[in-house]
Amino acid sequence: MNRESMLLKLELRSNPEMLCVVRAGLGQLTEKLGFPEAECRAVVLAVDEALTNIIRHAYGGEAERPIELTCRRIQVRQNGASREALEILVEDRGLKVDGAKLCGRALEEVKPGGLGLHFIRESMDTVEFRRKIGKNQLRMLKFLHVTEPRKDS
Amino acid sequence: MQISARHLEKITIFDVTGDIDLSTSPELRKALLRELRELRMPRVVLNLKAVRYIDSSGVASLVEGLKASRDVGARLVLFGLNTTVREVLQLSRLLKIFETYDSEDQAVAP
Repeated sequence: MNRESMLLKLELRSNPEMLCVVRAGLGQLTEKLGFPEAECRAVVLAVDEALTNIIRHAYGGEAERPIELTCRRIQVRQNGASREALEILVEDRGLKVDGAKLCGRALEEVKPGGLGLHFIRESMDTVEFRRKIGKNQLRMLKFLHVTEPRKDS
Repeated sequence: MQISARHLEKITIFDVTGDIDLSTSPELRKALLRELRELRMPRVVLNLKAVRYIDSSGVASLVEGLKASRDVGARLVLFGLNTTVREVLQLSRLLKIFETYDSEDQAVAP
């Protein structure tokens, strides 16, 4: 694979039954890129939670709305050094994300719900939300610590 | 995800297989709440050994089940948490609120 390249572009519908398909694809992609197993699981969880949030909140449970998922391998300048990262962009055309709700909730509260955003932030190195030309865009980065894919993959 | 139920005296054991996510967690929630609220089982045990994946909606279903168990004075017990399930529950910082065991024998012990 090139050092900086497009890896995967998916256009899917907001159908919860597609989540397992995306997870399978992301799992294989992260493994190919050489992420350790725990980080593969973390990236898969973050993307699953991002899609779940879109389906539930941006699209209010409607199953046929569009979602775009783009994965790139990129170079990022950080503290004067260049680092490789997996960049994942998730875009939807749903309701504008309410900034006030992006802070998550206190984890000390024992109640169902509100964990998805916390999972995303804990799983990824960078998480950015923006509204762009009628779209919600979530950009997530996971830095690559290992340069070679695992030999068993 | 598939759920099958077994009964051992006054204990219901659910064997859960596959992925617990947005598309499947409502089924888990419904099964737990039925057993706890409607059938008033004093102990409901979840065998999570064969769960490949759980997300925040799955954790939310477990939390709802736990709350229901507390409301009716019952116990919700988990066993067989593999690495994936344990990681997600730890990430939610809710692992400590659940009664968890390694084996079924421990989970159904008097």
